[in-house]
Amino acid sequence: MNERKTSDARWVRLVERVRSEKDQSAFAELFGHFAPRVKAFLMKSGADEALAEECAQEVMATVWNKAQLFDPERASVATWVFTIARNRRIDALRKQRRPEPEDLPWGPEHEPDQSETIALQQESEQLGKALAALPENQRVLIERAYFGELSHSEIAAETGLPLGTIKSRIRLALERLRHEMK
Amino acid sequence: MKKMLMTTTIKHHLTDDLLMGYAAGTLPEAFSLVVATHVSLCDECRARLAGYEAVGGAVLEEAPDCAMAEDSFAATMRLIAEMPADERIETDGAAVDHLFPKPLRDYVGGDVEAVHWKSVAGKVRQAVLPTSRDASVRLLYIPAGMAMPDHGHKGTELTMVLQGAFQDEDGLFARGDVEVADEEMEHTPVAAPGPDCICLVATDAPLKFSGFLPRIAQPFIGI
Ligand SMILES: [Zn+2]
Ligand SMILES: [Zn+2]
Repeated sequence: MNERKTSDARWVRLVERVRSEKDQSAFAELFGHFAPRVKAFLMKSGADEALAEECAQEVMATVWNKAQLFDPERASVATWVFTIARNRRIDALRKQRRPEPEDLPWGPEHEPDQSETIALQQESEQLGKALAALPENQRVLIERAYFGELSHSEIAAETGLPLGTIKSRIRLALERLRHEMK
Repeated sequence: MKKMLMTTTIKHHLTDDLLMGYAAGTLPEAFSLVVATHVSLCDECRARLAGYEAVGGAVLEEAPDCAMAEDSFAATMRLIAEMPADERIETDGAAVDHLFPKPLRDYVGGDVEAVHWKSVAGKVRQAVLPTSRDASVRLLYIPAGMAMPDHGHKGTELTMVLQGAFQDEDGLFARGDVEVADEEMEHTPVAAPGPDCICLVATDAPLKFSGFLPRIAQPFIGI
């Protein structure tokens, strides 16, 4: 497992700079970290190198373009980039439409709550560490599920990962959002 | 607002393997439509799904990186320059109450009025929605009080209630509830009294009917 040199909180700040200032140097840093991982993810999912390169560029262009839709109270940057890459894979490799849940966006004047954001990013890092610490065979099974090699009936429901804390954190964010929507 | 109440009344939720499969992006399109439709109404499953997507983020983070082409960054900036301006966040749906959540409206081409129903038997109607062929999904319209033929399943069957309710061996299913039936399950869903039942049903294998004649047209008496 490679050591993480940058914390998830830093990626959040970089996305915020892309969103508010169209900051190309912040985007270059995100690109340097995420583009090669997205490309590897797509190749593990069955894309050849040329297609993976092309799709990774498109995924990163989407990161730039949809930066204002990123919600640091509900996801880490890695999670958000993963969902964009996953959707690109469904479109490009499986040639299927992707039905997405109805969006629940905060109002335009909403400022992300700093302490909630930090807590969510920390929990995401802990989840990453827990994944890395799983017994080899269990970790490989989860990776294979996300690379698209397992059907849902082959997925074991018990992942052995601490998902409960992230779930309750997001549940709280949703409750505050519902409250704001009233 | 009706929308907010909905999330608290749902009793039957999606299973972990379906949420993880949806997060991983490996479900048949028909199943994804049921998951997206349920999550639109259910904050509990929305939070669980976000947990499984966070696992995807961790998998991506741990992926060994694969060098990008030399001019990759410049090519991406050119892509960005060619892209249309940011898509704005849609806000119109929030104020209006629809029977169908947005992902389902996208497949139907509108709310319930836009469905092209076809008669199945008696007053039971259905509308098959276009998806990839690895599984199928349809809307079913079952008049209140009517029984479906009892049947088993070869694969997985997901049934989500959009209007009215139905009752079977596993309990009462009302708006937002999802029943996940697999090979071990045989059941006879009966539409509850009250408003007619409208369900979204996805299957990845044909159903197995146990009776010689489907009893689909027989009204159920005395629920
Ligand atoms: Zn649910
Ligand atoms: Zn059934």
